Amino acid sequence: MKLTGARILIETLIEQGTDVIFGYPGGAVLNIYDELYLNSDRIKHIITAHEQGAAHAADGYARASGKVGVVLATSGPGATNLVTGIANAYLDSVPMVAITGNVASSMFGKDSFQEVDIMGVTLPITKHNYVVRDVNELADTVREAFKIAKSGRPGPVLVDIPKDVQLGLAEYEPAEIVKPYESVKASESDIQKAVEMINESSRPFIICGGGAVISGAENEVALLAEKTDAYIGCSMMGLSAVSADHPRNLGMIGMHGRYSASRALKECDLMITLGARFSDRATGDKAKFSEGKRILHIDIDTAEINKNITVDFGIQSDLKYALSKIIPLIEEKKHVEWSESVARFKAYEAEHKPPFIEKELNPYKILDMISDRLDPDMPVATDVGQHQLWTSQRYRVRKPRRFLTSGGLGTMGFGMGAAIGACVATGQRTVLITGDGSFGMNLNETMTMVSQGLPVTVVIMNNTVLGNVRQWQTMFYGKRYSSTTLGRAVDFAALADAFGAKGLRANDEKSFAAALDEALSTDGPVIIDAKINMDERVLPMIPPGQSFEQLKLD
Amino acid sequence: MKRFVIGLLVTDEAGALTRISGMFARRSFNIESLTVGVTEKPGVSRMTIVMMGDDSARDQIIRQLSKIHSVREIKEMHPESSVNRELIIIKVKTTSETRSEIIDAVTVFRNSIIDYHKDALSIEVTGDGNKLNAFIDLMADYGILEICRTGLISVDRGTTTLKDSGYIPEH
Repeated sequence: MKLTGARILIETLIEQGTDVIFGYPGGAVLNIYDELYLNSDRIKHIITAHEQGAAHAADGYARASGKVGVVLATSGPGATNLVTGIANAYLDSVPMVAITGNVASSMFGKDSFQEVDIMGVTLPITKHNYVVRDVNELADTVREAFKIAKSGRPGPVLVDIPKDVQLGLAEYEPAEIVKPYESVKASESDIQKAVEMINESSRPFIICGGGAVISGAENEVALLAEKTDAYIGCSMMGLSAVSADHPRNLGMIGMHGRYSASRALKECDLMITLGARFSDRATGDKAKFSEGKRILHIDIDTAEINKNITVDFGIQSDLKYALSKIIPLIEEKKHVEWSESVARFKAYEAEHKPPFIEKELNPYKILDMISDRLDPDMPVATDVGQHQLWTSQRYRVRKPRRFLTSGGLGTMGFGMGAAIGACVATGQRTVLITGDGSFGMNLNETMTMVSQGLPVTVVIMNNTVLGNVRQWQTMFYGKRYSSTTLGRAVDFAALADAFGAKGLRANDEKSFAAALDEALSTDGPVIIDAKINMDERVLPMIPPGQSFEQLKLD
Repeated sequence: MKRFVIGLLVTDEAGALTRISGMFARRSFNIESLTVGVTEKPGVSRMTIVMMGDDSARDQIIRQLSKIHSVREIKEMHPESSVNRELIIIKVKTTSETRSEIIDAVTVFRNSIIDYHKDALSIEVTGDGNKLNAFIDLMADYGILEICRTGLISVDRGTTTLKDSGYIPEH
């Protein structure tokens, strides 16, 4: 039997395992929304306040579940509103399929109402994208989009469907869920060389990146560290791969990495980089970063080998596969001197805690209270700014895919959508840690949390300024606080009430503890306005482009 | 800076050229020329890209190209194992005094005249880069009105083809 393109799309999405779509209706997707209405018992649609929120929600859903996130938007402004969300997913290697409607193909190129060449716009921020010109190709195109999104290094794929293709009729044959392309696997000689390098090292240090989570290699990373007596530092994207409680995990590396991790990275003789891409925020001065050590790099993406850092040996491989071959072949080691050194680095770190101004309620206290109260299964999302960096340093992430943050693109406004997506994907109570600046960007999504009755706790570290930019202005721009002192007077708790959520206020440890307890036992969304000092800084800090020698502890 | 020639087979689909040229621009790689045309196989186009850079830029470009979904085969065309050709049409100003000299040069270079006007000759020149540049230098004295170049195309010597690259993208 022939079906319309709109129906074929819905059937193909369901066939490919999609249980929820985040989106926003409009003129060029009316037929698709009609089918969503008719098939609402088979596939759930969540309408957000803004398409950007929908894109971040699909991203958060994918990060938390490991499945492909799906977002749907209309043509023109609907499609362009997805752009930040797609770019965000691209930079952080998140599998996503973005579906956009477009004007009828006969109207293409005429600057028709709500016409945008979204394929052209999203070329640099997708793994691949399509305009479907023939309804007979629609189902296979959507299947290929899923295949590309989840293969190798995952990422977003966009499928643009003109109105006439949605209306057109074609045969539909159900198909299996597409499997990813077979991933590249390290060769015997690659494994042998890696084993030699690891066996020759007396001060091994692992940099664990987001690839460890995507590959499901969390256990292998820990096993490698234990067997070869290595310590682990994580990129921001890799934080959830190794439990914060693991004794070999020294925490985040990079510009705002922890002291012991940065120091161990500097002193090691072998850097084993696993599923990480040497972002400038992680490396600082690239020459200094590589100095005095050998580097072994394993990544699924061939183009990451020797892109940012020239390495001694690079292996393109699925990480879990490579590690499972390497681990049995390496010698079991005990590097006594190295362990003693790292113990000293940790002791030094313990003695040099960040000098928070406010002793009563500071970021670390907030994060410790959250860490103590949350079940490790509950997702924690962040926005972008100081709160994100403090959370990356201090929040005790204990399970893979339970820490969602915008690492590559650094998207303020990511958090609300991400928390919605994570909450929907896991069915778990979810916490968003944000700042007043980031929250201001997409606070409209409180409406979505309310309409969906999502148990999301939003903790706003409210310092009334754009703290991260302000910190740079303090340190590098002579305290000229250009456009970072906001002068706003928003009562976030009252705003929460106005949205139909619950609003709570905290300005000291006791009131924050009480607010958090109340929030975590409330069914729907709760926003906690937690006041912190505007001059708190994120420390340690290695200034941009510099190295460990310039690390500032206070 | 070295000069590298890369041969590609790409799926003939919407945006394929933009995906490839956009990647070069976005990642600040220098293209000297890029040619594209249909092949013996329907739905498959062949590109020849001439780029400038060092070895690490060359490696990075090949790795980045391999990620583009439209790309099917990639091969570096080495000068010693490939034959390269480029075609130019060069329009040279002529006078009754210079015309015969120019025609002599055309004969010696084994080029051909494809348009004849009392004040100008349009000359077709085919060859590798050295021959073309030598001829252009020679014509400069007479006054070049315009040049149109196709960019380089390249195939392997012998029975080897681009499909024998051994470097097949993962998709």
